[in-house]
Amino acid sequence: MSLLVSYSFRNLLTRRLTTFLTAAGMALVVFAFASIVMLAEGLQKTLVQTGSADNVVVIRKGSSTEMQSGIDRYQAAVVETQPVAFGNDGRRLAAKELVVLINILRKRSNSPANVIIRGISDTSLTLRPQVKIVAGRAPKPGLTEIMVGQSVAKRFKNANLGSKMVFAQRSWDVVGIFDAGNTGFSSEIWGDVDQLMQAFRRPAYSSVIFKLRDSSEFQEVKERIENDPRLTLEAKRETTYYLDQSAALAKFLRILGTSLTIVFSIGAIVGAMITMYAAVANRTAEIGTLRALGFKRSSILLAFLLESLLLGLIGGAAGLFFASFLQLFTVSTTNFQTFSELAFGFALSADIVSKAMGFSLIMGFAGGILPAIRASRMNIIESLREA
Amino acid sequence: MLLKLLFRNAFRHKLRNTLTVCGMCIAILAFGMLRTVISAWYAGVEASSTSRLITRNSISLVFPLPLSYRDKIRGVEGVKTVSYGNWFGGIYIEEKNFFANFAVDPKTYLELYPEYIIPVEQKEIFLRDRKACVVGAKLAKRFGWEIGDNITLKGTIYPGNWEFVLRAIYTGRDKTTDQSQFFFHWDYLNESLRKIAPSRADKVGFYIVGLTNPDLAARTAADIDNMFKNSFAETLTETEKAFQMGFVSMSEAIITAIKLVSLVIIVIIMAVVANTMVMSVRERMGEYAVFKTLGFGPFFLAGMILGESLVIACLGGGIGILLTFPLAKAFGQAVGDWFPVFNVARETIVMDAAAAVSVGIIASVFPAWRAIHVGIAEGLRRVG
Repeated sequence: MSLLVSYSFRNLLTRRLTTFLTAAGMALVVFAFASIVMLAEGLQKTLVQTGSADNVVVIRKGSSTEMQSGIDRYQAAVVETQPVAFGNDGRRLAAKELVVLINILRKRSNSPANVIIRGISDTSLTLRPQVKIVAGRAPKPGLTEIMVGQSVAKRFKNANLGSKMVFAQRSWDVVGIFDAGNTGFSSEIWGDVDQLMQAFRRPAYSSVIFKLRDSSEFQEVKERIENDPRLTLEAKRETTYYLDQSAALAKFLRILGTSLTIVFSIGAIVGAMITMYAAVANRTAEIGTLRALGFKRSSILLAFLLESLLLGLIGGAAGLFFASFLQLFTVSTTNFQTFSELAFGFALSADIVSKAMGFSLIMGFAGGILPAIRASRMNIIESLREA
Repeated sequence: MLLKLLFRNAFRHKLRNTLTVCGMCIAILAFGMLRTVISAWYAGVEASSTSRLITRNSISLVFPLPLSYRDKIRGVEGVKTVSYGNWFGGIYIEEKNFFANFAVDPKTYLELYPEYIIPVEQKEIFLRDRKACVVGAKLAKRFGWEIGDNITLKGTIYPGNWEFVLRAIYTGRDKTTDQSQFFFHWDYLNESLRKIAPSRADKVGFYIVGLTNPDLAARTAADIDNMFKNSFAETLTETEKAFQMGFVSMSEAIITAIKLVSLVIIVIIMAVVANTMVMSVRERMGEYAVFKTLGFGPFFLAGMILGESLVIACLGGGIGILLTFPLAKAFGQAVGDWFPVFNVARETIVMDAAAAVSVGIIASVFPAWRAIHVGIAEGLRRVG
């Protein structure tokens, strides 16, 4: 057996250029597959991490995002009376927020993009422990001040600490930059909710967020809110809410990735098949010799199949190796569902690694099986004569 | 004579070269499809006219403008017609049945969009009936709607269930016209809002401004914006093309990714074709040595290898281009919900051809270099 392995391996070494070209083709396929799936994964990861399971988002019934929702002050006050958790300072952990889109210019291309601006209450930061202020301070209630997420600070004009942003007829001081890690909040701008409601002339909140006293109470609270005749609202766990938002874009990316990969892999399989058929044809005499020495047909089949699988393995590993560097990059694009700019990275998971490797092995197998069968069926005498 | 030699050479190794041609064909097909997806993205831009301006709230699209701006805009020099509308964002039964739906001022809107063609009698009934809606032919086909059907949309921005009667179906004048939109009377929306949410009534999502002279678009746009400067709702006016381009640039990252991927597939196929050529050349080293002995120069050898590579690449490319059309049609039907307009552009075909030729050339460089540089004695010695 070990003889077969080294035989296969050395064969690949002898035809270095061919091996390299075939493996490079496969590596590119794996790279393309992995990169798109990693993007979908990164998107989902970003939005899932944005929410925490103990938090509940309340929005108007029928609206799928905070942007479309509207909750007037009276309804918001009713929601606040739900059994919510208390913070260390004894305050109720509920925040009434305003979420709208503003159109601002990107730094590099100078093209406009929609960015989420969130009006926050004083408890909003406590409700989101993942949001940490890395520079400056939080905006003070009653002042025209804002703080921006790190992705916004990096990508948009006038979003640095100390500069002024002009929208809604006012000029806003950027007093802080916050880091929300790998979450959707990093692509947002935060300011005092009352100031923003005034500036945008919006008399209604967009959502009420509160923390559950006990996570298991969710169903009960949800039913109470949704069955309350004074309210036309619906409650969702924050995690579910953000997961729903990533659904469309992630699905689009996955479909794109899979259909592209299938087409690509046909090309790579053809490449592998060409290489393997040539390997078999070149070694007719060798195969005859091996058979004459007593190697079985099945061993020959295995040897060539192994060679092709090895090709797939090399290609897959190389593709994944290069794809793993993509994790250093972030992509920012418009999420179809919220219509706002969202920055997210490529995320590599064990699932993607196993899928990509499985994929490249399948390519190797599909490319190698026919040539291997041909090799194993050769007639000893005829093949020996050919040399 | 040389051409015959090229073809003979190309099909000396039938199995391998058929496989390569197949691979090439698939790659060109995929390349063409990806390019078509990109141009489908830009379809909205292509279809938009430069003689129309879009005026919206300068903060962002989610903020409305007061209805009173209509008459003020009409007074600006160079403005012929003013229409207005709201993005309604209604859902038909399920969220996955997405299509664009707008509440518009029907008379002026249809005046501004002559590319939506509606039979005269349908148009009259549509204009008279306040609950009427008009849909594109593709959309009607998708859900099997017929004139007279009742359609209910679930509002996401405007809560509640909204009922409409289908009174007219429009077709597109041009190939690029989007035939999957849904329009209804703005008055219907507004009057319902007056009852259920008075603070949201009499507000308009966007104005569409028809110009007397498209050359003055920039000046008219500036005039409109200046008029509302420092008001409660400042405006941003741009040509319809620029407005649509704004949408496209929002998904820039995805478009760039698709462009990159379409290049990757060309590189993959290049590796495959190069591999085939490397193998062919290696097998024929002896022959090349014989050629050299007979006095044929390096250019002849290089030409022969290049020609063979081109024959394979162009054959595969040609078949691929031919297959692009039926595939694009089938694919266009499958993804019609996302891309209402899905046509193969002439530009795509040119790029297909260029890709095929460059694959052919680049794939032959290395093997040709090898064949030229091999010593005669060494070449003759080598077998297989």
